[in-house]
Amino acid sequence: MEAFGRLEAVAAPLRMANVDTDKIIPARFLKTIKRSGLGVHAFAGLRYREDGSENPDFVLNKDKYRRAKILVAGENFGCGSSREHAPWALLDFGIRCVIAPSFADIFFNNCFKNGILPIVLPEAECAALMDDADSGPNARIIVDLAAQTVSRPDGEAFSFEIDPFRKRCLLEGLDDIGLTLEKAGSIDAYEADHVGAPWLPSIEQV
Amino acid sequence: MAEARTMFDKIWAAHVVDRMPDGTCILYIDRHLVHEVTSPQAFEGLRAAGRGVRRADATIAVADHNVPTENRAAGIAEPESALQVATLERNVREFGVPYIPVTDARQGIVHIIGPEQGISLPGMTIVCGDSHTSTHGAVGALAFGIGTSEVEHVLATQTLLQKPAKNMLVRVDGVLPAGCSAKDIILAVIGKIGTAGGTGHVIEYAGGAIEALDMAGRMTVCNMSIEAGARAGLIAPDEVTFDYVRGRPFAPKGAALERATEHWRSLVSDAGAHYDRVVTLDASALVPQVTWGTSPETVVPITGHVPDPAAEPDAGKRAQMERMLQYMDLRPGQALAGTKIDAVFIGSCTNARIEDLRVAAGVVRGRRVADHVRAMVVPGSGLVKAQAEAEGLAKVFTDAGFDWREAGCSMCLGMNPDKLKPGERCASTSNRNFEGRQGPGGRTHLVSPAMAAAAAIAGALTDVREMA
Ligand code: SF4
Repeated sequence: MEAFGRLEAVAAPLRMANVDTDKIIPARFLKTIKRSGLGVHAFAGLRYREDGSENPDFVLNKDKYRRAKILVAGENFGCGSSREHAPWALLDFGIRCVIAPSFADIFFNNCFKNGILPIVLPEAECAALMDDADSGPNARIIVDLAAQTVSRPDGEAFSFEIDPFRKRCLLEGLDDIGLTLEKAGSIDAYEADHVGAPWLPSIEQV
Repeated sequence: MAEARTMFDKIWAAHVVDRMPDGTCILYIDRHLVHEVTSPQAFEGLRAAGRGVRRADATIAVADHNVPTENRAAGIAEPESALQVATLERNVREFGVPYIPVTDARQGIVHIIGPEQGISLPGMTIVCGDSHTSTHGAVGALAFGIGTSEVEHVLATQTLLQKPAKNMLVRVDGVLPAGCSAKDIILAVIGKIGTAGGTGHVIEYAGGAIEALDMAGRMTVCNMSIEAGARAGLIAPDEVTFDYVRGRPFAPKGAALERATEHWRSLVSDAGAHYDRVVTLDASALVPQVTWGTSPETVVPITGHVPDPAAEPDAGKRAQMERMLQYMDLRPGQALAGTKIDAVFIGSCTNARIEDLRVAAGVVRGRRVADHVRAMVVPGSGLVKAQAEAEGLAKVFTDAGFDWREAGCSMCLGMNPDKLKPGERCASTSNRNFEGRQGPGGRTHLVSPAMAAAAAIAGALTDVREMA
């Protein structure tokens, strides 16, 4: 996983609440057995017309946002399915940070596993960033994970909360599995106490 | 005296392997269900890191999302779908994971076959790379969906890194009126609290109307917890649960079952346990529910009307409603009843158990599907299908003009050959009415099995209570 430190980038305004994972990546693109290459299908239903051509009205099709690395969106972003294809598609498109008033739990989790920083900010601060984002490349937004701040083009900074553990993983690009395996002794001990209880039959054969 | 705890608190505490200073826990996972769509990259990750599956004997795999629902013997025609299923088969062989093959009589939607096989049991932690894992909460298990990175994490370590959720109680009292079902309860709950209402919470469903539900109904309720934004849904195990579990192939038997049942009884929430949020609903006041928009929270009684965006003071919400109405091709103030439909889908992990098919067949018996409607029934598992055939339900459906299919996710999501065409309107027993969910441009109205059956006959959304 790529570490996340400081990001200075153009932000794209996605003025929609409840952006669901079927919107971020429709099911028909989930047939892949790889993580990469999904960027072209990100927001397919909004981004392309029925004949496959680009919908010029969609924000990410506008020249000033084609290289946006930050997305500012409405509440409950990422609701619906657990598909990690959603953050994979965003990442492959180039998005490293999503800012919204709230996120759905599984999507929020999945972002951290892929080096994407989801930031929760109050409605009013999101609205201010949304307005900044409207200015396209004329307004660069700075996300500083170490300092836990999002800075507007005028220099005003908003602070955000993040779990210390998640912050460290993201800053250092750490592999969760490797970290957990450092505790293999605890897992062994837990299993010695629990596995084989009458209420936990194992699946020997199908 | 020990502090009063909820069922979630108890199951959580019993599974904590280790706790970090910031409260993040290593949580032990008792059951890991694997399917073809969200697992290939996880197995690939294991391979790349030279890791194995820690507990294949706590893991089981099945293909459901991508499988065609007719002519199984011919295999999967679509090359990408075929590759995904073949990849699962290669992975389960290589890593020694138990697998139910596509042609096995027990194959079906992962969330239907877990409880059906007795793989999902009370008190367990159960995960799957699929958000509707919340279904298994109906047996009294802490069950939730995870992403593919977490699938890999569980395969490698049999644990997950998690922080505890908050507790929410949804209490549903009263007696459910005729024509209403568990689906109407959960749609009404989602309408009440919204699609983000449960975010960060595990919802425990309780009250007389929940206790009165059979296991199928309880699964329908827990299934859609995720549509309320919750991490999981839970229902306290009781005699209904124990009767259901007894005799299932992978459930404990004999003395082990007795000891297990004793343990399961201890899981229920203590009197006076604290909930961060409590919501109540009176089941006796329910009317069959139907969604009008492209979010499950946009739900009204079938006697209701499409709301008018002009009455919405918030500009953002108003714009969203307008977009929904445009996508759904509905007018403000329009009555839902009488809205003409093109397709009916009875299936999915929400409503494709034998009990659902019995109710739907009861409405259909002796009637015909309207001429302009394409209607299909897709049983949740091969065993549900066989049971329905043995009971004569399949014949009721086919005589009426329904397609009768092989088990799978089918038209719940547009990734197998069963899809809506752009502009088609469907009464569906599934769980999501998102834009394009059942096929690009498709329009979904979420309803109960009885309401879907009624819509198929009437050729339009209709109040099943008037079809007696
Ligand atoms: S039936 Fe639908 S909701 Fe259930 S697992 Fe399959 S695709 Fe997901």
